Amino acid sequence: MLEVLSGFVGELRAAGLPVSLAESIDAADAIRHVPLEDREALKYTLAATLVKSSTHWRAFETAFEVYFSMRGDEFSIEGTAQNLSPLELQELRQSGRGAMSSGGLPAGGAGGEALSAEELAEMIFRAMRSGGDAELTAAARYAVARYAGMEAGRPVGGTYYLYRTLRNLDLERLAERLVEAAREDAPSGRFTTLEARMAAEEAQARIDRLRAEIESEIRRRLVADRGAEALARSLRKPLPEDIEFMHATKEELAALRRTVQPLARKLAVRLARKRRHGRRGPLDFRATMRRSLSTGGVPVYPRYRFPRPAKPELVVIADISGSVAAFARFTLHLVHAISTQFSKVRSFVFVDGIDEVTGFFEGSEDVAEAIANVNTRADVIWVDGHSDYGHALKVFMERWGEEVSSRSSVLILGDARNNYHASEAWVLKELRSRARHLHWLNPEPSAYWDSGDSIVGEYALYCDSVVECRTLRQLERFVADLA
Amino acid sequence: MKPDRTERRHADAGGPPAVDPMGFFDPGPPRFGSITDVNERLAGAGYLADEGMSSVVYLADRLVKPVLVEGPAGTGKTELAKSVARITGSRLVRLQCYEGLDESKALYEWNYSKQLLRIQAEQVLEENRGWEEIEEDIFGEGFLLARPLLEAIRSVEPVVLLVDEVDRVELETEALLLEVLSEYQVSIPELGTIRATSLPMVFLTSNNTRELSEALKRRCLYLHLDYPSIERERAIVLARVPGISHELADQVARIVRSLRSMELKKHPSVSETLDWARTLVLLGVDSIDAEQAGATLNILLKYRSDIERASKELAGTAGPDRS
Repeated sequence: MLEVLSGFVGELRAAGLPVSLAESIDAADAIRHVPLEDREALKYTLAATLVKSSTHWRAFETAFEVYFSMRGDEFSIEGTAQNLSPLELQELRQSGRGAMSSGGLPAGGAGGEALSAEELAEMIFRAMRSGGDAELTAAARYAVARYAGMEAGRPVGGTYYLYRTLRNLDLERLAERLVEAAREDAPSGRFTTLEARMAAEEAQARIDRLRAEIESEIRRRLVADRGAEALARSLRKPLPEDIEFMHATKEELAALRRTVQPLARKLAVRLARKRRHGRRGPLDFRATMRRSLSTGGVPVYPRYRFPRPAKPELVVIADISGSVAAFARFTLHLVHAISTQFSKVRSFVFVDGIDEVTGFFEGSEDVAEAIANVNTRADVIWVDGHSDYGHALKVFMERWGEEVSSRSSVLILGDARNNYHASEAWVLKELRSRARHLHWLNPEPSAYWDSGDSIVGEYALYCDSVVECRTLRQLERFVADLA
Repeated sequence: MKPDRTERRHADAGGPPAVDPMGFFDPGPPRFGSITDVNERLAGAGYLADEGMSSVVYLADRLVKPVLVEGPAGTGKTELAKSVARITGSRLVRLQCYEGLDESKALYEWNYSKQLLRIQAEQVLEENRGWEEIEEDIFGEGFLLARPLLEAIRSVEPVVLLVDEVDRVELETEALLLEVLSEYQVSIPELGTIRATSLPMVFLTSNNTRELSEALKRRCLYLHLDYPSIERERAIVLARVPGISHELADQVARIVRSLRSMELKKHPSVSETLDWARTLVLLGVDSIDAEQAGATLNILLKYRSDIERASKELAGTAGPDRS
């Protein structure tokens, strides 16, 4: 057991979770107190001692499934219906037969070893409708054995097998049938739109469960085939704060969006506290004298005024062309979510033309909505819709340059891939002399800078700093230092 | 050699510490028989826990470790601590955290005015005792005002210590808690170290407004309390709202799940769900339609924009986008 545990802890660390030595000792101590055959209890025990942040839960769950999955011959890849335990087979047949008698289908095939495709579909439908756990698990196992077509020895994470199984099951049709069934169950004439919505959601929730069940079934078989360590390696995914903006998938972007709001809130609280408590203000003479009365007129305890440091003014100029759009969105989101920490935030977006979008943020209380507006309504196309930093900066200088003052910090977001247009770097030189700070945030790894059409080096000459900003973690650090 | 509980009764540096060479505390007699036992007893007190919660509570007792409970507002973090106190027959000592909380409010404070009176009384009575004697006297336990942390440590009866909203204190104040949480002792320069007489169960709650320090997290068991699953929510509504029918509870739970899946500023909490269910029962509703839901949404949602969006979506003819 200890060996499995230390392998597990190693995997968690490799996935980016900060598990300390003390915590792994705690885990080892804790599992003495729970019955090992109770998988759920074991899972929560390990989670309580090893995982100290809710954003790490997914990574933990994946690793747990791989390391503490059920093992044994019956989970091998070649497994088919024959490998199901007799009890499960019994269950399957019963639910299958029940389905057919109620659905009016011919009840012939259920006697054989394998079920036909229609029978399997019917069986899954029934399992989903009743919502019983055991039935669902059995159905998932059967579906995987039949459709996934798994081959031993392949170094894969199982996404392809999942895709193949799901394609054969036709989940959309299944969802429709579940809603249909709910409609029939409802007393006549009372199936309102509200209930339709509820039914659709219920169906979706059950389908999600079936999908999860199938996924873990595939994983179990992969573990049996390849061993826990190898599989864990191919399943490893970055934590939300380590996802790269430029290469994020749709699901990862959704995870990022969920992370950015709490992050902004935390950042705002931290900055506000830093501002209030970080420094001492000037001596408060009145308060000091008053306080000295209690020590016989001797000013033993000096009092200070609360510090009120000036808040910086922020000017954000963001490239929102395709390649870096996600990065610009998250930065704008973060900056506006903590806009109370700045005296003023002005935002500009560009592709080859440039437009001010501050109004979108001021008009609405919902930052996410404002950002959607930026994408659809800002006027940023000048010629062909390919990034032209030179032109955008020149226009910015002509129209708004006067408004940049010695209290402004200017942030430029983009990869500086200029499509071989003129750089117009003199604009930055000019901006630098007016503004308090000029920073460039680049979402590309620094190894790629100045390769191809990237001319960030040319601009860097005039910036206070050029910062690599590939992940939310890096972005957070930068913004915290800025305010 | 393991010291038993009666020996540990004795506070001060006297008795042998209840720590084995590895630094683990002797947990003493268990408060719970098993994880299921925790679950059943909590349910008996009207708190429906899921397996994760019961496991952590059970471990907290066995490992003598504080529990850090994190999660959105209104998911029953504080209630968990209260319920555990109830089922173990312990007294609940609560420390409500806020910005600016300091040692004298959390740990202990000398009763200055009483000390001053004592010295003045000395002068009036002209007892002419030496300063040393007086000093020893006025820095005795009689002049100590115990604040929640010290109170929990000193208490002879079993105690559940609840440190509520620990994320509100500053990072420096957080360090104050560390000695109490890991050693179960409080050091007072004038008196020496006070050790726990009976090891308290400790719960810390956090709304996640800031990241807690690694040092604090490392010493705690971590429990993330999210919104409950639909089955649990339904059970909670049934248990906590008298006179509600199964159908209505089911509908309530489903509509609340639907609201939580929308993109809202603040999602309805469990306590708001309960308030809503009670309102519906009072109004004599036995089946909710979109109109009634829209009219009473202001109990569940607290932002105007949220209410508008939710009632639009609930009344809309289209189902959720994905179906």
